[in-house]
Amino acid sequence: MIPFLGRSLILLGLLAATVGSMVAFAAGTQRSEMGWRWARRIAYLFAAFMVLANLLMVFALLTHDFSVSYVSQVGSRALPVWVTVTSLWSSLEGSILFWGLILGLYIAAATYSNRNQHPEYMPYAIGVWLACAAFFSFLIAGPAQPFLTVTNPPMDGPGPNPLLQNHILMAIHPPFLYLGYVGMTIPFGLASAALLAGSLGHAFLRPLRTWLLLPWTFLTVAIVLGGWWAYEVLGWGGYWAWDPVENASFLPWLSATAALHSAVVMERRSILKGWTTTLVMATFLLTILGTFMTRSGVFNSVHSFTQSSIGPTILAFLAVALAWSVALLALRIDKLESEGEIADGRSREGAFLLNNLLFVLFTFTILIGTVFPLIVESVKGVQMSVGRPYFDKMAVPVGIALLFLMGIGPSLPWGRTTSLQMKKALLPPLIGAVVLTLIGLLLGVRNGWTLATLFAGGYTAQVTLREMWLPFLERRRRQNETAASAFVNVQLGRGRRRFAAYIVHAGAAIVIVAIAVSSTMGSSRQTQLLRGETATIGPYTLKLLDVDDRAESHRRSVVARVEVSKGEKRVAVLSPAMNYYRAQREPIGTPDVRTTLTSDLYLSVMNIDPASKSVGLLAMINPMVGWIWMATALMGLGGVMALLPRRRTELTPAAEPQPSARTLSVEPVAESPS
Amino acid sequence: MDSKPTLSSRQRGRRFAIVALVIAAAAFAVITVGGIGENLVYYWGPSELREAGDRAVGASIRLGGQVRKGSIAFEPRSSDLQFDVTDGRSSVHVRSSGVPPQMFREGIGVVVEGTMNRGGYFASNRLMISHNNEYRAPGEKDKVDARKLMKTTEGLKKESGAAD
Repeated sequence: MIPFLGRSLILLGLLAATVGSMVAFAAGTQRSEMGWRWARRIAYLFAAFMVLANLLMVFALLTHDFSVSYVSQVGSRALPVWVTVTSLWSSLEGSILFWGLILGLYIAAATYSNRNQHPEYMPYAIGVWLACAAFFSFLIAGPAQPFLTVTNPPMDGPGPNPLLQNHILMAIHPPFLYLGYVGMTIPFGLASAALLAGSLGHAFLRPLRTWLLLPWTFLTVAIVLGGWWAYEVLGWGGYWAWDPVENASFLPWLSATAALHSAVVMERRSILKGWTTTLVMATFLLTILGTFMTRSGVFNSVHSFTQSSIGPTILAFLAVALAWSVALLALRIDKLESEGEIADGRSREGAFLLNNLLFVLFTFTILIGTVFPLIVESVKGVQMSVGRPYFDKMAVPVGIALLFLMGIGPSLPWGRTTSLQMKKALLPPLIGAVVLTLIGLLLGVRNGWTLATLFAGGYTAQVTLREMWLPFLERRRRQNETAASAFVNVQLGRGRRRFAAYIVHAGAAIVIVAIAVSSTMGSSRQTQLLRGETATIGPYTLKLLDVDDRAESHRRSVVARVEVSKGEKRVAVLSPAMNYYRAQREPIGTPDVRTTLTSDLYLSVMNIDPASKSVGLLAMINPMVGWIWMATALMGLGGVMALLPRRRTELTPAAEPQPSARTLSVEPVAESPS
Repeated sequence: MDSKPTLSSRQRGRRFAIVALVIAAAAFAVITVGGIGENLVYYWGPSELREAGDRAVGASIRLGGQVRKGSIAFEPRSSDLQFDVTDGRSSVHVRSSGVPPQMFREGIGVVVEGTMNRGGYFASNRLMISHNNEYRAPGEKDKVDARKLMKTTEGLKKESGAAD
């Protein structure tokens, strides 16, 4: 019953998406008001089918209906409820179904929020979204059908991959990743539609920025959550390894970040139209490429939990989307002509341009390193990978340059400026740079790259703090307001978008510094301990108290209890473990981490024997890792702040903010309404 | 409408930008290709490693195969150990430093990362167990598919604390 119902819902979704896409395109070319209305209704209908199909699958998982093929594949009666629900996205078929859900919700939300706006191009956008929806419905209905009927349903199933039921982060990371990944379809549709309709003005930029920033915020958090998960679960003590699957999520993030910045220049200067549009489309293409890389099993990866035959289908879709993007850009090359120009490279727009070049360079470097082994293997049949040193060597200088640019850019005014004004803006932050470098030197940092990162980080920190609070101080000076009211009026009111942007910058700067410090200042050791024996790492003494054997409903845990003391004082007892899952030959280790403000003590079990009470232990001290997670939360907060709807809706279109070209006066308090 | 001087200055600016971009792109290509070439990690089985001969010395290699029965020898009073990795045809002697993973034992599929030493053995600093439910440990005479091992290895990541 459930398989049949599920298949029907998927087919109805496919039908709705296909018909809706055609209706929407027809409405766009005919400029038909009624067609547009119907396109919107069908978009909501598609979303409804996807929601129902996903609810049905969750119901099937919860009721352990093993006549549904996907349930028989990942379900198990022994699992806790949260693992059962999250197994919706723990394997290929379910994750594509979940993709359909997120896509449906995004399309419905974007359609609804623009229901009364931009009739000249919005129907096309719905057309493109629903065309993508039709493709993914086809994937669900065909190659990745989760609702197949199992004729002789088993009594019980194997449960999902143990790595995916080993940590609560697996309940949070994938939804965020999908919300980031799938959401990039919306700006792609908007860019396609704007190109089709030939309207690349402000009417296009506003929805574009919102619908780019939303998935960007999710993706930012998701990438770091993925690193956090690897750190907490995989037990090798790190959070990032330039693994193809990690790169797959990082690539669209890079291009989307570039697009967010070039969109600002496009808004202020009416230049970089083609560039911004290209970046937005490239971001979508990179998400599809990433899906291909992670879902087709072509890569050796720790994250490749699902390998299947949908690879060629996704590759075909990628080819179509690429051809579509190139054709549209070529078709509308006349509309992409700049209306302005960059008068002086030493300006805000010059810094933005450099930022964009660096981000694109970064994207290409990672892309080439990731795809190179694939190309070699398909051409020469030789299997290899590009080692981590390549990525580190490329990423470190670019990362430091970007960090520094986050300090230079905001200091420079739009348009032209004099050398004196420039000195006044650029020299003071050197204090912050020197201070942070000295602190690093005092704490024992000797690595040149890390010191350079600290220098750039200190510079940017000072600039960011200054720019963050300048409008607030200005307002207080002028208006004689109370601090609270000035904060609400300026930072949360008209200047909120600007304030939010600097919050994101602050978070990004902390993340980069923390990565530099944690990857160069850590220490690690491996040791074999018997009960009662001790080992030391850094300031800590580790003593193996005991090895316990614990039985749980879905697994057996062999836990090492390790006493951690600093000097004479006992500070913690950590319990790294080895978990044995049913129907799984190999055990999965679970590290235990003691996080403090300055560093993490990370303990991971390499091997463990409850009989002889012996443990092979990997112990690491990872400085500043906790800062990465906290600063990412800050970035997410900034993104959300920038996205919150404005209190006052404008009836008249916002006047083009004319930057005072020849002065270094404080920027207008409101940096153009969002 | 642009007046003539601006037009020409704009053209000059554009030409300058294009030249700058081409130079940047060329430099980028050289650095990238060089960087990739220096940092390739080869995925080889024992036979391929033997065929590579001297090329294997000093190269970054992931060697995949099966731990030969009766070849494991633990170094006394340290966590180092020695064993042979075989694919049924050839075998390579491996010296591994570090605590071995839980599942390490005779006959299991492993991937070791490191390089071939002049002394004729493979010096490894990382030992990983291949794990896959579908993978059955082959008998002594069967050929071991090193590539399949690579794809199913858990914990292919490098320790970040050891960087630099």
